[in-house]
Amino acid sequence: MTDMKILVVEDDPEAAAYMVKAFQESGHVADHAPDGLEGYALAREETYDVLVVDRMLPKLDGLSLIRSLREQKVETPVVILSALGQVDDRVKGLRAGGDDYLPKPYAFSELLARVEVLSRRRHAPAAEQTTYRVGDLELDRLAHSATRGGKEIALQPREFRLLEYLMKHAGQVVTRTMLLENVWDYHFDPQTNVIDVHVSRLRAKVDKGHAVQLIHTIRGAGYMIRDSAR
Amino acid sequence: MTALGKLVRATAFKLTLAYLVVFVVMAGCVLAYVTQSARELLLEQTRSTIAAETSGLAEQYRLGGVRRLVHVVERRTRLPGASLYLLTTFTGERLAGNVGELPAGVLDEQATRVIEYRRDDRHEDRQINGRALVQVYVLPGGFRLLVGRDLEEQERLRAVMWRAAGISLAFITILGCIGGWFITRRVLKRVEDISDTAQTIMGGDLAGRLPVTGAGDELDRLAMHLNAMLERIGELMNGLKEVSDNIAHDLKTPLTRLRNHAEEALRSSRTPDEYAAALGAVIEESDNLIKVFNALLMIARLEAGGEPQDSMAEFDAADVARSVVELYEPLAEDAGMTVSVDMPAHLPMYGSRELLGQALANLLDNAFKYAIPSDWAASSQPPALCISAARAGAGVEITVSDNGPGIPEDSRHHVVERFVRLEGSRSRPGFGLGLSLVSAVARLHGGRLRIEDNHPGLRAILELPGKGASA
Repeated sequence: MTDMKILVVEDDPEAAAYMVKAFQESGHVADHAPDGLEGYALAREETYDVLVVDRMLPKLDGLSLIRSLREQKVETPVVILSALGQVDDRVKGLRAGGDDYLPKPYAFSELLARVEVLSRRRHAPAAEQTTYRVGDLELDRLAHSATRGGKEIALQPREFRLLEYLMKHAGQVVTRTMLLENVWDYHFDPQTNVIDVHVSRLRAKVDKGHAVQLIHTIRGAGYMIRDSAR
Repeated sequence: MTALGKLVRATAFKLTLAYLVVFVVMAGCVLAYVTQSARELLLEQTRSTIAAETSGLAEQYRLGGVRRLVHVVERRTRLPGASLYLLTTFTGERLAGNVGELPAGVLDEQATRVIEYRRDDRHEDRQINGRALVQVYVLPGGFRLLVGRDLEEQERLRAVMWRAAGISLAFITILGCIGGWFITRRVLKRVEDISDTAQTIMGGDLAGRLPVTGAGDELDRLAMHLNAMLERIGELMNGLKEVSDNIAHDLKTPLTRLRNHAEEALRSSRTPDEYAAALGAVIEESDNLIKVFNALLMIARLEAGGEPQDSMAEFDAADVARSVVELYEPLAEDAGMTVSVDMPAHLPMYGSRELLGQALANLLDNAFKYAIPSDWAASSQPPALCISAARAGAGVEITVSDNGPGIPEDSRHHVVERFVRLEGSRSRPGFGLGLSLVSAVARLHGGRLRIEDNHPGLRAILELPGKGASA
């Protein structure tokens, strides 16, 4: 995915400059607003793909900013950044109208992955597809079945959901925490590499015996499913 | 504050004073009542004396007419301590008696009453002003006979009684004040001792203890309880110090490593790959730091009861337990550990699903870390993990048990403390915060974490009482 337009609302100039630069280096356009009011004004005037909003902002705090935007029917997806990072703060943030929540400090790759997923959702919000296809891998959500090259792959229910999530975001980086959040619905950080073990099992079922590997490990970020032959 | 000021302000003194006032008022009431009753009794006696005398004189008149009456009156007035007499004609002309002047109209009224009068004292030839109780009797033929008793003696008695009452009240007041002063000084001294010691303790001498006299009174009991409190505070302070020492150690170690990696890269890296590897190591170390920091914050917040109502809801504990087990199952399989699950289909409870999930993940994490000996293939028993959950009263109890080396009994209560890592586990990854967090989660739900022997192995029991206890 290229050329997203992102608004970063963050009062710390250094953190903001870092984010803007990093988004630009990833091929996106990023604007910066140093406080809540300016962020609100920019978000209403311009059309952005995703807003990245710090929770604690001068003049207008992050949650109020999001609430005001939602009242004005500005439905741009929002990633909330927060130094608080407790279970309750996440609930509050999402309740205020945020779409995703990332506790500080975060890895930029994590933020980028989430922003890209949100942006994609904004541009392809159509009714969820019933089948996903990546190369010769096919997943039928209604029949709860997956086939590769026409051959049925036997999957455990959780493996099915894991593959479903990966394929839904085919071509996008999906981080380990995103998998834990969306496939298991937990927001904590397991001490051990449990997610890696699950992915490698899935990979064994999906990719083993095939010349083309579909599930890729993105170093320092997470995983991506894509048809590398194309 | 001056010594006197202290004394006057002391509770004991104020109490004594209040009691003194109450007592003096009561004593005053009693004395006034006694005096009044005595006076009324005397007056009553006088009244009956007058009545008797009047009827006696009337009898004399009936027997011998006015002449005899005059004679009897004359004779009686001469007796010492005589009553008052006055006999007049119906026109008011004086016939006999020892009463000098009378207020006008006294003779026209027959009721017994107190009047002012002037007395003729023939012996000393002078007139005395006085008050008297008199009765006027109209004799047949219009003569008026006045009989009365002087009240001087009674007035004197009354004065004596009032003086006695006043003096006793004064004595009571003075004695009460002195007693109150002594009691106050005694109590004040004890309280002063206690507050002086408290001052030195506040000044930093945490080893100081309040004096206990051994009298077993309420001040002793207070001092003993305060001492117990000081003991507890001392323990907590020590615990806190230990924790901050541990925090210092466990945060400084990764910080040092972080710095070392950066320095190393600056000093000796040549190729971009070397730089990339060094930066990767730096990021990894900082991620570790962030994890420790998050865990610490979370525990602190949970212990402050800070994870509040927004994330609390009804959820199925069995569902959470199964999903966490399922999350870790592949890991267990890879490690050669068998995992068994024993729980009912549903275990609804009220609490934080997220936190319970994290607590269970920590327990499983620990089991993988510590219950699988590196040489288990050589031992006869393959590692096994059992997760069971059951309803316990209104709440839920979840047990994670393994057959690993377990934890020696004397260290079991220790492992839930922050940063405690037992001998032999320091080399393994981790920060020593896992069980602290589990314990904090249990407490947030009104329960606790129990660690027991599984013969062999370790059994961690998460007690999560129902709604009532967590509210």
